[in-house]
Amino acid sequence: MADNKKLRLAIQGVATLIQNANLKGFFEGKIYTGPVKNICVPGLNCYSCPGAIGSCPIGSLQTFLTKFKIKIPYYVVGLLLFFAACLGRAVCGFLCPFGMIQELINLIPFPFKKNRFKGDKAFRYLKYVILAACVIILPICFKLTPFFCKYICPSGTIAGIILAITDSAIASKLGAIFTWKVIILISILVSSLIIWRPFCKYICPLGAIYSLFNRVSLIRLKVDESKCINCGKCAKACKMCVDPVKTPNSGECIRCMDCAKVCPEHAITLNVTKIKSHAGKDERIKGEQ
Amino acid sequence: MKIKKYLPTILLIIAAAGLIVVGIALKQPQSVLEKAVKICMECIGIG
Repeated sequence: MADNKKLRLAIQGVATLIQNANLKGFFEGKIYTGPVKNICVPGLNCYSCPGAIGSCPIGSLQTFLTKFKIKIPYYVVGLLLFFAACLGRAVCGFLCPFGMIQELINLIPFPFKKNRFKGDKAFRYLKYVILAACVIILPICFKLTPFFCKYICPSGTIAGIILAITDSAIASKLGAIFTWKVIILISILVSSLIIWRPFCKYICPLGAIYSLFNRVSLIRLKVDESKCINCGKCAKACKMCVDPVKTPNSGECIRCMDCAKVCPEHAITLNVTKIKSHAGKDERIKGEQ
Repeated sequence: MKIKKYLPTILLIIAAAGLIVVGIALKQPQSVLEKAVKICMECIGIG
């Protein structure tokens, strides 16, 4: 595994641990109830997970929209805007626990790995439909029902599985909705074997929100046109199927920097860290020898 | 030149900070906390 992938995986692991620092909760089956939980974490991490020390922004957003008297969720929207303006979809690439789970599953060897297929582009719009319908419109129309959390969210299903294992009272209450959610979770995990991050590409409403701000976030990709030789290696390397030369700040780019690593001309950089490719340097050294 | 490039980002961060302050003034973090300290039955799949 390349160095930047290892580094990113390490950051993802640390971020997941920090967001789920209540480790004893996993064994006791009790959730954390401290004051820190009024802060939303940037990634998709269910607040009913026994390890969670913060709140899920999507769950919190729906909390305000499902009240009998709708409150404008200034606090949650403010936090979401802050994360989006500072990091954009780098949250997905570096801080989201469920993104990391999908990536780890995709590392498992499987004979039918396929990342580009017909209809992929159209399917990408599904996450915006889910954001509008399940996170905003339906919770407002059908009060007290956080639709996305109740019927789709795989992070909540993982929390439910952990709680059901550790608490027999919860296990006895599980019914059809839980079965439905487990089917969704298994479908996403099995799809992750074949497609890279299918949930992030097609379903995640949080990714949909961050994608809208990828162009204006502090972290942006920069392609030096004077260096670019249009070899197309970056577009081939991108697992989110973005062409960094054409759309360096596409809403789909999660800033994994796989493109920069394969660029032979060091043309792609992150504007905040100036991470540069080493591939070209190695090739030139080989050429000189 | 650089300030112009990042002006939308700066404005967005200021707007975000403003919304957070308004939310805190309206005690919205308390609402988040109230929901988050209980096991969310819908989230874990108990309807």
